[in-house]
Amino acid sequence: MNEELELMRGTYAIGEAAIRAGCRYYFGYPITPQNELPEYMSRRLPEVDGIFVQSESELAGINMVMGASMAGARVMISSSSPGISLMQEGLSFMAGMELPAVVVNMMRGGPGLGNIAPSQSDYFQATRGGGHGDYRTIVLAPSSVQEAADLTYEAFDLADRYRMVVMILGDGMVAQMMEPVRFRPMRPLDDLPSKDWTITGARGRPSRFLRSLILDVNDMEEHNWKLVRKYQQVEKECPRWEGFLLEDAEMVVVAFGTAARIAKGAVKRARKEGVKVGLFRPISLWPFPFQDLKALYQRGQDTFVVFELNAGQMVEDVRLTLGDGARILSYARPGGAVPSPQELARVFSRLALSRRLP
Amino acid sequence: MKKVFSRTRALKPVAFHYCPGCGHSILHRLVAEVIEEMDLVDRAIGVPPAGCAVLAYFYFDVDMGEAPHGRGAAVATGIKRVLPDRLVFTYQGDGDIAAIGTAETIHAANRGEKITAIFVNNAVYGMTGGQMAPTSVVGQVTTTSPKGRDPSREGFPINFTELLAQIKGTAFAARASLQDPAHVLKTKKIIRKAFEAQMKGLGFSVVEVLSPCPTNWKMSPPQAFRWVKEEMVKHYPLGVFKDAEGESLAD
Ligand SMILES: Cc1ncc(C[n+]2csc(CCOP(=O)(O)OP(=O)(O)O)c2C)c(N)n1
Ligand code: SF4
Ligand SMILES: [Mg+2]
Repeated sequence: MNEELELMRGTYAIGEAAIRAGCRYYFGYPITPQNELPEYMSRRLPEVDGIFVQSESELAGINMVMGASMAGARVMISSSSPGISLMQEGLSFMAGMELPAVVVNMMRGGPGLGNIAPSQSDYFQATRGGGHGDYRTIVLAPSSVQEAADLTYEAFDLADRYRMVVMILGDGMVAQMMEPVRFRPMRPLDDLPSKDWTITGARGRPSRFLRSLILDVNDMEEHNWKLVRKYQQVEKECPRWEGFLLEDAEMVVVAFGTAARIAKGAVKRARKEGVKVGLFRPISLWPFPFQDLKALYQRGQDTFVVFELNAGQMVEDVRLTLGDGARILSYARPGGAVPSPQELARVFSRLALSRRLP
Repeated sequence: MKKVFSRTRALKPVAFHYCPGCGHSILHRLVAEVIEEMDLVDRAIGVPPAGCAVLAYFYFDVDMGEAPHGRGAAVATGIKRVLPDRLVFTYQGDGDIAAIGTAETIHAANRGEKITAIFVNNAVYGMTGGQMAPTSVVGQVTTTSPKGRDPSREGFPINFTELLAQIKGTAFAARASLQDPAHVLKTKKIIRKAFEAQMKGLGFSVVEVLSPCPTNWKMSPPQAFRWVKEEMVKHYPLGVFKDAEGESLAD
């Protein structure tokens, strides 16, 4: 199918991509910088016989998502940092019950109400599960409107395949900016993967139940090992990243999402001035692309600059990946201010001289 | 020989874990019998709570999906929006529905969600060992109101079903009691009315059921049933507070 290019903001593109992926249910509560997503869904979903419910809180919203997922639907919720915090109990239950859904977090600065400027302050929360218990969610970080649409479209398949929550992790920049986007075709609903675990009424089959409570300690342990095996499979099958000018790079910038977008501009700029710098952009934050980052290091690149719009969270994953031998520098901007590519290019030159992290 | 009683198909043939004299056992059977009598065994979806009834899916032989403590109405909303022709009910304790789940319940009612809340009021947090519930009555001694509930210190018992009856989206709201066999039979009729209101698409329905918890009340089962009748009913009058039968909320 030949789809037209459309100029769209990130939130709308995510909403449209979700609908094309077969999502017909959206529950959510307004919060900046992603209000346009529930607004889009409220007018677009009824056009495709879908249902939009504005929940009374994010806490209620994620539990509605839980119910819709139990009933077998492709379902989405979106919010920004404080709202995502409120959802953590629900996300934990969904991990326990292995319920698929897509959760969009357009992060803002924190802690607390923080501000609404672009931020990547929820990296830890997103990549470490976020709620209580030993669990993971798949986390995908787009850095353009097109990528936001593509990752959202694919997120529903990943969620169903692994029976997991997939989080689209962006920020106010990804949410608000307008770019051309080409959508993938509308998935016919009868084409979606069938599910043999949903609760739909026990017609023509024994009754089923979904629960996360497992009182028997051995059964609980076995269930957790089962989750671990699934997560290990995801770690094998799902890492994604993009490289830019890495071949001859003497310094590798590691950045995701909006930060990676700025870093790409800065890399181009610094290159013009003779600084041999390249970009490693994790697209999946969990699973983090450990293997490929490590391969770069083993190939001889030993200076890594981790640029993040937070106080230095992903740098921990980079250190875990590369160990003590590599020269790992952190350029962290936790206030919501987004440096320009020029500013960042200057930083790259200066950082090359700065001290090694302890 | 004439068959006068048989086990309902909507319950699994297993023994309950509830304490002797506990109202949950009676109420499970009533709910299950109504489901069977309405011929909805293969169309019912239940949402058990966190509370003594957390394992209700081991007993009800219908599809069930667990909700976090208090979130039953939101989980049921999600299920019902996807499957609008099913019977979707929550089964919730007084702490679950009237403390931690207050917002979810009130807003589900306010949206007129076509779900039914079976609300078991035993005036304590049973599962966690008998702490004060929002419904504990004035003067009631619990493990967290050791001097007896004093409204100036612990607030008042909440009449949550009357509150829900005020809400426009609520189609049916009633309070019943398990205090004696006559009331048990009445409770069953009321549950049926609530389920019928849901299946007719009239809106949100709730049945509060006054229910003995001999264990945490530190009473024998007969004493506990008497306490429901003599003490609880004083604070929680029985009756139907709202019955929108016939008037559709949609128009
Ligand atoms: C978020 C959360 N907080 C606390 C609990 C612990 N908890 C489980 S059941 C319960 C109270 C149950 O009381 P009620 O709803 O009245 O049900 P009952 O056991 O009396 O039937 C509590 C506090 C929990 N499971 N989840
Ligand atoms: S503690 Fe109370 S509510 Fe819980 S099972 Fe025992 S009697 Fe029933
Ligand atoms: Mg109780």
